Parts: sequence; structure tokens; C-alpha cells
Amino acid sequence: MLDDFLTRAVIAGIGVAAATGPLGCFVVWRRMAYFGDTLAHSALLGVALGIAIGLSPTVGTVITGVAIAVALVWLQRRRTWSSDTVLGLLSHSALACGLIAVTFLDGVRVDLMAYLFGDILAVSRMEVVWIWVGALAVTCLVIAMWRPLVALTVNEETAQAEGVPARPVQLAFVVMIALTVALAMKIVGILLITAMLVIPPATARQFASTPEQMALGAVLAGTAAVSGGLSGSFAWDTPAGPSIVAAAAALFALCGAVRAVFPARTPT
Amino acid sequence: MIEASGLRVERGGQLILNGVDLSVSRGEIVTLIGPNGAGKSTLVRTLLGLEPPSGGTVRRAARLTVGYQAQKLTIDPTLPLTVRRFLTLTRRAGDDKLTEMLGHVQLPAELDKSIHVLSGGELQRLQLARALLRDPDLLVLDEPTQNVDITGAVELYRLIQRTRDAFNCAVLMVSHDLNVVMASTTRVYCLNNHICCSGRPAEVSRHPEFLRLFGQSAADMLAVYTHDHDHDHGPGGEILHSHDHGHDHHDHAH
Repeated sequence: MLDDFLTRAVIAGIGVAAATGPLGCFVVWRRMAYFGDTLAHSALLGVALGIAIGLSPTVGTVITGVAIAVALVWLQRRRTWSSDTVLGLLSHSALACGLIAVTFLDGVRVDLMAYLFGDILAVSRMEVVWIWVGALAVTCLVIAMWRPLVALTVNEETAQAEGVPARPVQLAFVVMIALTVALAMKIVGILLITAMLVIPPATARQFASTPEQMALGAVLAGTAAVSGGLSGSFAWDTPAGPSIVAAAAALFALCGAVRAVFPARTPT
Repeated sequence: MIEASGLRVERGGQLILNGVDLSVSRGEIVTLIGPNGAGKSTLVRTLLGLEPPSGGTVRRAARLTVGYQAQKLTIDPTLPLTVRRFLTLTRRAGDDKLTEMLGHVQLPAELDKSIHVLSGGELQRLQLARALLRDPDLLVLDEPTQNVDITGAVELYRLIQRTRDAFNCAVLMVSHDLNVVMASTTRVYCLNNHICCSGRPAEVSRHPEFLRLFGQSAADMLAVYTHDHDHDHGPGGEILHSHDHGHDHHDHAH
């Protein structure tokens, strides 16, 4: 079954959707879309770093992502600069440094377009396996930390006063986003990762009345976007990554239209 | 129940709290007042252990359960949340228990209702219900009457008193409503980076430090209420020294 490149792509894409759905909900609730973008932009630097020190690009991406996340948290605590400015600073300087760094790699030709816009149709069997291992790890972690994470998201102080340890949970959350970025990079590309974190949860929000419903809905919406986008890509020979994101956006708009015609009985 | 001595908190080279001594015992309603930037919230956060002190000590009774009501609850509208889910964020409980607690705080909301349609006052009551579900020894309320009008505030303070009686807990609150809060308070701490003065409301209202911080009109307002507290007026306006409302009777009962 894994012989067909399209099947492999769909299976890999669904793995990524399973990880980005619940995690993306927190990105939306905590208004961290720009934060996700910053981690995504730093991924290219991670790829260059990974290749340069002889490790896999994925490992390099995770390490860089965590480092950037820690730097962000530290800079934001100091409050010298607004959060927005710090993100803008790190996001684009990381992308610029990454673009420069890949040109310095000796003897390796990095396919820049594949990293920037994804190359899901070229995923190998091993990569499918790794994406699923990573997605499973992220999903298990999210489930394990679900209740404390939701409580901290609703109100950090109250949750802390009620005994929820904020620091370790938030650190784990940031590490999970870094991991997910590394996973999704191959599928939709660095420039479009944030779309997979934001659009499926936003689509699910329109029908959800609890955080759990929204997370499940986001997984479904993400899966539908991957399937729809890849089918469209195959049928009309469009680039796969952007097609997945366009399908996700179309699904969001469709759900919005459905909600406009059939409003929720009770407000959510 | 909780006791701070010589508490000092320094942030970014600024001394926010200096030499603060404070204690709260079971059955007491202790109110923290002070101008903006006096360090009230920092003191509360330090007492709760959310921020480490730079100096001094905080002693909490062993296995102290704290119920906390945040100053302002702002939940992003993208986060779908029902009343039931909010009440069980950190501790699970059955619907019977939840409904009972909503009854206590006089919030007739259905459990499946979205919390995004609740008003500011209703959200405060909902927070109180969540805090009470923990069966707390100490209830910490940071400006419980924000976004609540004056009638609502009076009702809320009555509810806090009833809660103290029903749950036999201690209450520590931060407040700006000098006039209303005093009527329902056992002890007042007036904070301005250090404790300016403390004691029963009537004593504090006469303290020169209090007058300097809040002015005479605030003291007058306070005096009216604490005045009411000490005695009742007869039909002709004469003072009847009938009973003392010092609230000391709550202490020796336990």
C-alpha cells in the first residue's frame, strides 16, 4: 500500500493533521499564531545546522526550534520590547540566517523550494514512519497534559493557585510546537506550517462548545484538508503543500457559510 | 492559617514590598486596601507562592487548600467553554455538586451554557463557585467586585460573608470599594509598599497614614459604616450599645 506515492502522502499528511489539530487549538486560544510562525521560520536555520553538524535536518530543526522558543520566552519576560516586536525580530532574522546558512553548506545541495513550500509527494516510506512516530508522540503528550494545559490557558493565575505547575507544562508545550514544526515542514513547508496550526482549529470552533470537541474537530478538519488538497493537487497538477492549505481555507469558509445559514441553537 | 513576616519583594531593582507582616486566621475576613501600585496583587501572589519573595518568610498551614478568584477573567472567544467545563477545569465533580454550588453563589445558569454569554458579575460568581468546589480553607479574592455595580457589590460582599460562615474558611481580599467592603471585614491592612496601618475598620479609618493615603472623605465614608457596626441607633437617633460586632466569636469556635 505504501508503494503508491499518493497513498504515502495522504498517510503522512493525516499524521501531521492529527498532531497539529489539538496543538493548534492552543495556538489559537493563546493567540500564538505569530509565535508558531517564528518557530517555523527558524526551521530552515535548523535544517542547515542539522546538515552542517552531520545530524538529520529534523533533529537540527527541533533543536533550533526549542532554542528559539526559550529565547522568546526569556526576551518576553524582560519586557523591554513588546512581544510583537520580539517575534518580528526573531522570526525574520532566523529566516534570513537560515537562507544564508544553506548556501554555505559544502557539497550539499539543499532543495530550498521543498523546505519552504513542502514536498509531500516525495516522502519516503521511512519518512512516513517517522512522521507517524513523531505525531503519535506529540498526540500522547497533548493528551497527557490536556487538562493542565486547558486550565492554564483559561486563566494562568487561578490554575497556578490551584496547584497546576505552569513552567514545566508551558515548556513542554513549546517543545511540542517545535516538534510539530519539524514534522509538518516536509508536508506543507516552512512558510505554510502556521496555516495547519490555525485554520483547522478555527474551522472546528464554529461547531464546538467544549475544548475537547474543538480539538477533535480540528483533527477531522485537518484530515479533510489533507485529503482534499492532495486530491486537487493530483487532479489539477497543483503544488501539494499550497493545495492542502487552500483546501483547509475553503473548508473554513464552507463551515462559516453553513453556520450563517443554520445558526447554532445556543451561542457557544 | 497563612502568615507573612518581614516580606520583601524586589522586581527589576524596584522595591515593591518592604517589611510586610500579615496574618490570616480561620473565620476572618481580611481586606487589603491601598492605592494603585501599592503592591497588593504582588503581595497576594507572593502569599499564594506564585512569586518567590526576595526576603522574609511566608508560612502556610500544612495541607492548606486555597480557592482563588482572579481579578479579571478574560477568556479568548475562540476558546469554547461551558459552565460545567469551567467549574471542572482542575478538579472533576458531579453535576449535583456543581448545581448545588451554583445555587450557593446564586447563579442560576445551566451547566451547558457557554460562559461567553455571562455578564461580568456572573463570571465573578462563577469563579467563586469554582473556588468553593475545592472546599478551601482560605479564599483569596482579588478585587471581587470589578465590573460589578454598587448594588451588585453589596450583594457580593453579603455572599462572601455567608460563604465564610457556611464553609468556615478564612477570606483574604483585595478591594477598592472602601465603603462597602469595610462593613463586612474583620481586619483591614492598608498597604503602600509597606503596611501603613492595620486593625479593625474603625481603627484604621482614624489612622493618620490612612487619612494621608485616602483623604478625609474616604475616612468619613468608612466611619459611617464602621459606626453602624459598633452600635445601633434607637428610634430617636440615640445610640444603643446593644452588641459588639467584633467578629471575635468566629475565632474561638474552632
